[in-house]
Amino acid sequence: MKPETLPRRPAMRWTALAILPLLAVALYVASCASSSSSSSTTMAATTPATPAMAASPPSPDPRIGLRAGDRDAGVALWNLRMVSNSPPTEGFVGVTNSDLAFKGNYVIQGNYNGYQVWDITNAGRPTLKHAYLCPASQSDVSVYGNLIFVSGEGQSGRVDCGTQGVEDSVSTHRLRGIRVFDITDIGNPRYVANVQTCRGSHTHTVVSDPNDPANVYIYVSGASRVRSPSELPGCSDLMPDDDPNSSRFRIEVIRVPLANPEAARIVSSPRIFDGLGPAPRRTEPPRQGRGGRGDAAGGGRGAGGQRALRGGGGGGDPPTGPEQCHDITVYPAIGLAGGACRGYGLLLDIRDVANPRRLSAVADTNFSFWHSATFSNDGSKVLFTDEWGGGGAPRCRVTDRYEWGANALFTIDDNQMNFKSYYKMPAAQTELENCVAHNGSLIPIPGRDVMVQGWYQGGISIFDWTDPSRPFEIAFFDRGPFDPTRMVSAGSWSVYWYNGYLISSEIKRGLDILELTPSAFLSQNEIDAANTVRFDVLNAQEQPQIVWPPSFAIARAFVDQLERSRGLSTARITAVRSELAGAQRLAGQQRSSALTQLATQLDSDVRGSSDQAKLRMLTGAVRDLAGAR
Amino acid sequence: MKSPVTRFSRVGTLAVSLVVVAACSRATQGPRLVGAPLPPSDPGVPSVTNPMIDGNRYPHTAADTYFMAGMIPHHAQAVLIAGWAKSHGARADIQRLCERIVVAQRDEIALIQQWLLDRAEPVPAADATHHRMTMDGMAHDMLMPGMLNEGELRALDRARGPEFDRLFLMAMIKHHEGAITMVDQLFATAGAAQDDIVFKFANDVSADQTTEIDFMQKMLAELMPGGA
Repeated sequence: MKPETLPRRPAMRWTALAILPLLAVALYVASCASSSSSSSTTMAATTPATPAMAASPPSPDPRIGLRAGDRDAGVALWNLRMVSNSPPTEGFVGVTNSDLAFKGNYVIQGNYNGYQVWDITNAGRPTLKHAYLCPASQSDVSVYGNLIFVSGEGQSGRVDCGTQGVEDSVSTHRLRGIRVFDITDIGNPRYVANVQTCRGSHTHTVVSDPNDPANVYIYVSGASRVRSPSELPGCSDLMPDDDPNSSRFRIEVIRVPLANPEAARIVSSPRIFDGLGPAPRRTEPPRQGRGGRGDAAGGGRGAGGQRALRGGGGGGDPPTGPEQCHDITVYPAIGLAGGACRGYGLLLDIRDVANPRRLSAVADTNFSFWHSATFSNDGSKVLFTDEWGGGGAPRCRVTDRYEWGANALFTIDDNQMNFKSYYKMPAAQTELENCVAHNGSLIPIPGRDVMVQGWYQGGISIFDWTDPSRPFEIAFFDRGPFDPTRMVSAGSWSVYWYNGYLISSEIKRGLDILELTPSAFLSQNEIDAANTVRFDVLNAQEQPQIVWPPSFAIARAFVDQLERSRGLSTARITAVRSELAGAQRLAGQQRSSALTQLATQLDSDVRGSSDQAKLRMLTGAVRDLAGAR
Repeated sequence: MKSPVTRFSRVGTLAVSLVVVAACSRATQGPRLVGAPLPPSDPGVPSVTNPMIDGNRYPHTAADTYFMAGMIPHHAQAVLIAGWAKSHGARADIQRLCERIVVAQRDEIALIQQWLLDRAEPVPAADATHHRMTMDGMAHDMLMPGMLNEGELRALDRARGPEFDRLFLMAMIKHHEGAITMVDQLFATAGAAQDDIVFKFANDVSADQTTEIDFMQKMLAELMPGGA
């Protein structure tokens, strides 16, 4: 099953360069399973013969044919180093680990049984700070200030955190919505509030409003069964035409007063789906319904027409479009949000946080189920994921189409989204491995758009989408299937970059922490530049704007990129490196002058460069450094 | 055992850290065939319940079993008729939709069979097209909601080209609505869908198939201006 022959892979990625020195191959002592006929092999680490680096991915792909197992599964890594694995603690073993949130040196890991708080001060050996048993699926978590929020949507989540489930179809014991915990003492979280919602909370997104510092907002995406009004008054499963207060076709916005989180409540239920017809093919713009676009909270009616379920028959009335979102990523710094809503990707204006407004929509019949969105740091691009199969199915097999269960990349032009390409983790996985695009985040490499993403048992894939028409993989991590005989849900639910580490929530195996290692695709300077970014808190769905403080690492990273793009001659590259090193040895005004001089030289390089944009970035970085204290 | 990796020195040569951990030298296990049916459960064999599975945290009910087992013949019929798209000359976009339905629903059949096996419930074969139920001591073959009867199947099988497209879309819309009805019935039953796998599966069926209904209604509207 050589990668080159897989029909679903775009040909360009796998054209190897003619002859390249083979690189270090580190192998380890492996003992095979008892049923194996072969004896264990011992292999020693070897140092590379030459300093050159492979400029193409490994072939054959080492992710193919990995041995099954729990924490002893076969492992393949490329341009990554494993820092640690921390298995789930008692009470959470065997139960699905879900999403992550970060505060200081703490990682909050959601689990269908509640959440675990890990202390990663020593990333090589995380310790458990606290485990909170409070079952709810999916326990999507986020953190803001001294509060943790947890999503619940399943039938068995209880208000009192009990583990016995809720038998009655209508019950006051049931929790479907958002739980709120006070973590002023993070070793001892206090459960302070619940906000019940009509469709529960599959995921949620925390949104801060710079104009409203006393509160934080939560966008709730309820994607499952509408509750009976006997269980939660006001809930309605009718269509909006029959009941303008229908619980369908809207998201819920919760306002949480930071000083008094017990008073958290729903403050609006914007109908961001108004005016959308059913998802058209990608080349067509979405059809405009009678409701018009961009109606905000409480505003217009549904798109009109009944779903055929209501006995309207085949084609009489125009069919309706999406009625709920799976997940919403907000980027408050630029006032935009990307909503992954059934058959649509929506672009939303969120400058009025309590009343998000739809700007545009895209659809794609290759996309089964829009799952989540990520913006490029400059807001010029957005990526949506398709979680075809819901995450529980193996969708990365040799026979599965590349464009199904993948990412779709768009540019944003004038608040309209324009499709450019698909990206899918390129290694074929087995029937035994659930695999599809899932959660990830940007790695703050200046000058490039690079994302790290979880693909369930497809592992972790890091790809560069700077050119949205030509994304390519630059690093990966994968294990063999969790179980050798049957498909058991496992793998990376989410992986995010946080303060120099890639932290992955492994559904079965716990918390994986990895680090980037340099390669032909990513230099040490670029890694160092990324590591100048520090987050105090991270909720990946509230995308932070990345700002790099001035540093030599940033400048060197740009030089490396110019070398790669041949935007400067070899001679100039060498000279610039030398000048930077020289400037770094100076201090104060002397350093400043040296850097300013360099910047002036670089200005004159711009005109003749084939990569003017990157050269300007370098010049800017050098000037910033000259002005920095 | 953790795999040692070559460490990078920050200064000096840049060497790629290509770390390939050799898989066990036992032959690579081949992937299971898509859609290969599991053998029907043998009441004499103890159930294979795996404490590692989320779905065992809460007990499943008769309604959960009825829903899951009933979805197998339902899916099997969808796989059957969607499988006719190419041979019966369906339009390109309908062939594409059918390809997705076949892949998705075959996988779901396997998931359901595993769920039933794990709970020592009878496992229908993947190609069953009726749901066999025992009532009042007699076995009845039932059609689950939205399924086509023999006559409807024959009519669809005879059709070609645009006629197939039209009949197929109408049949599959009805079929999907039937699946959603089954989900509705499940959630209306006390104690049902506590099991995380059933809850997720039922919601996914509802979500996926509602989205596909939307696609299909638009396609149908294009075939028949003015509506059915």
